[in-house]
Amino acid sequence: MMKLLPHSLRGALTAATLGTFVVPSFAAPDVTVSHAWARSTVPGQPVAAAYFDLRSERGASLTELRSDAAASVQLHEMQRDGDIMRMRELPRLVLPPGQTVHLAPGGTHPMLMQLKRPLRAGETLHLELSLQDASGRREKVRVNVPITDKPPQEGTR
Amino acid sequence: MNRRSLVALPLAALLTACQRAPEARAASPFTSTDITGVDWGRDFHLTDHHGRPRSLADFRGQAVMMFFGYTHCADFCPTALALMARVRTVLGIDGPRMQGLFVTVDPKRDTPQVLSQYVPAFDPSFLGLYGSEQATAAAASDFKIFFAAQKPDAQGQYTVDHSGVMYAFDPHGRLRLVMRPSESVEAMAADIRVLLKEIS
Repeated sequence: MMKLLPHSLRGALTAATLGTFVVPSFAAPDVTVSHAWARSTVPGQPVAAAYFDLRSERGASLTELRSDAAASVQLHEMQRDGDIMRMRELPRLVLPPGQTVHLAPGGTHPMLMQLKRPLRAGETLHLELSLQDASGRREKVRVNVPITDKPPQEGTR
Repeated sequence: MNRRSLVALPLAALLTACQRAPEARAASPFTSTDITGVDWGRDFHLTDHHGRPRSLADFRGQAVMMFFGYTHCADFCPTALALMARVRTVLGIDGPRMQGLFVTVDPKRDTPQVLSQYVPAFDPSFLGLYGSEQATAAAASDFKIFFAAQKPDAQGQYTVDHSGVMYAFDPHGRLRLVMRPSESVEAMAADIRVLLKEIS
């Protein structure tokens, strides 16, 4: 269930559909996504979060997220002030070279705004991540996020 | 504690010591923060998602877990409510002796209709509580809960900064514990069991 199928969308098709020029790259994808999951939503819940680990060997930034399940996807940072939770939109998330960045409950996470349909356990949420490497090269990574009502962390806590 | 040691204590530690009731200074049977004896958080006057007026006295004989949040909260609130639901499950036969309450800090968007869908989906026994803006502010203030709606974005969407603690009340309706979602479900359930034993 936790197996991921990240892959890059490159070349003419991406460039044509998104109107941006994407430099073809023949190197192995630099950014890997793992341990993705999203909590299933309940009736009346208009928003959702997704969680995963990101790692870039050469260093990159996550600049944008999209999903066909939501009107928009914002990257939110949780700023804790004692017991007060403050959510703030992050314009981009820096992935330092060789470090795994965890997007986890209670921390930085993508927030799916104005859900178009509920997230149901057992189904898959599709996310598209826009990344930019140190040389400015852009890459898109699609992530299949398993939706669960039994989050991995909570089972072991 | 003599006068000299009081003077030597840093202010923060002194304030903490003063806020704690004598029984809380002994070794605590709780994993959660024991606030037994505080002189705030005595009651609330809100309406549940069925439209029924509610106050703490309605839940005498039960332990109560209470959380202030809002439905447009993607991460923290669903996490906290799912935790509360799991505590009730872990309690087993004692589960029905724990009442979960979700107080909205966003009554503008969290109408009774929204709450009646959202809250029971985590556990059918849980109640969503709401009030007018004034009643919500009064309840939050009485329970030392901070909340502040942020500026809406271009689509009119906004988040609400809020205190992310859960409170636990004993079956006599006294505020006893501050729980944080970083605690394990088992530790929270064990704490609730201690509170439940105080009546049986």
